[in-house]
Amino acid sequence: MSKPEFVYVTYIETTPEKLWEALTSSEFSRKYWMGTELQSDWTVGSPFALVNNGTTSDVGEVLEFDRPRRLSYTFRHVLYDDMRNEEPSKVVFTLEPHGHLVKLTLTHEGFTGANKLLDGISKGWPAILSSLKSLLETGTALVIPRTALGKEPRPS
Amino acid sequence: MNIDHFKPLTVYTIYIASTPQKVWEALTSAEFSRKYFFGNAVEVDLAVGGAYIVRTPDGALHISGEVVECDPPRKLTVTFNVNWPALIEKLGPTLVSYDIEAVGDATRLTMTESHDRPISDDILSGGRQGWPAILSSLKSLLETGEPLVVKMAPPERMLAALKKLGIATP
Repeated sequence: MSKPEFVYVTYIETTPEKLWEALTSSEFSRKYWMGTELQSDWTVGSPFALVNNGTTSDVGEVLEFDRPRRLSYTFRHVLYDDMRNEEPSKVVFTLEPHGHLVKLTLTHEGFTGANKLLDGISKGWPAILSSLKSLLETGTALVIPRTALGKEPRPS
Repeated sequence: MNIDHFKPLTVYTIYIASTPQKVWEALTSAEFSRKYFFGNAVEVDLAVGGAYIVRTPDGALHISGEVVECDPPRKLTVTFNVNWPALIEKLGPTLVSYDIEAVGDATRLTMTESHDRPISDDILSGGRQGWPAILSSLKSLLETGEPLVVKMAPPERMLAALKKLGIATP
């Protein structure tokens, strides 16, 4: 049996450079990632954090920064008690030109068994990456309520 | 048809800035599907037991099946059997379900491919290569009016696995 991981592929009408910008810019991510800011200086070995309205939900370390082809970071949840003690996992984005499109492959791996974070990210990534695709193709991100992803509303 | 013994082996979820009704039409209309489904046309008789057919751009029968569940615009389940003679005999039937749900201002579409027996990742790789391209293009079509032009190489890994099983492909 293969190790538990989440893989998602989508095709986007954009350029690798624009997609790279969207995957690494907090200004962009606020729009498609339900208000979440990506915080990092994007140097290999530097810290990485997801911050929403001043609250940090996930942290990690930049592992690879090969613009505009491959980006990876470790990923550890720090907000909710039922997921914050899990081992760090790993997020890898691969960007490949595909005709005049870009094929984006996300792999979120390194889970040590069926766990709650894997369940959560399996619901979250399709929404985030669908919204990212909409933003790049139409200029408008999707509005997807957090509750639709089985998440509690953020404490405000 | 009893589908209780089918297990989901490939799931793909995508969110679309559209309505469930428009997503339903895109999934069930020949004219729409030709634009996003590599030129293939879906022809479906929308009633339980009705025929579900996909034709290649030259009109040949590519996939044939029947409607198992039909609850517009929320759920459509069909048998989805590629028309290669030994395929169904050796691998059993393929079941495809579309679940459609309004979520905020968008619509969530979940495609689930299920089988009634274990199927290798090599065989499943064909669908896993195709579905993201097809459904990414469907999303673009509904949001921008234009589908994506996804030039897809043949699913070599799946074709090699089928050949090993003695399943002839065109």
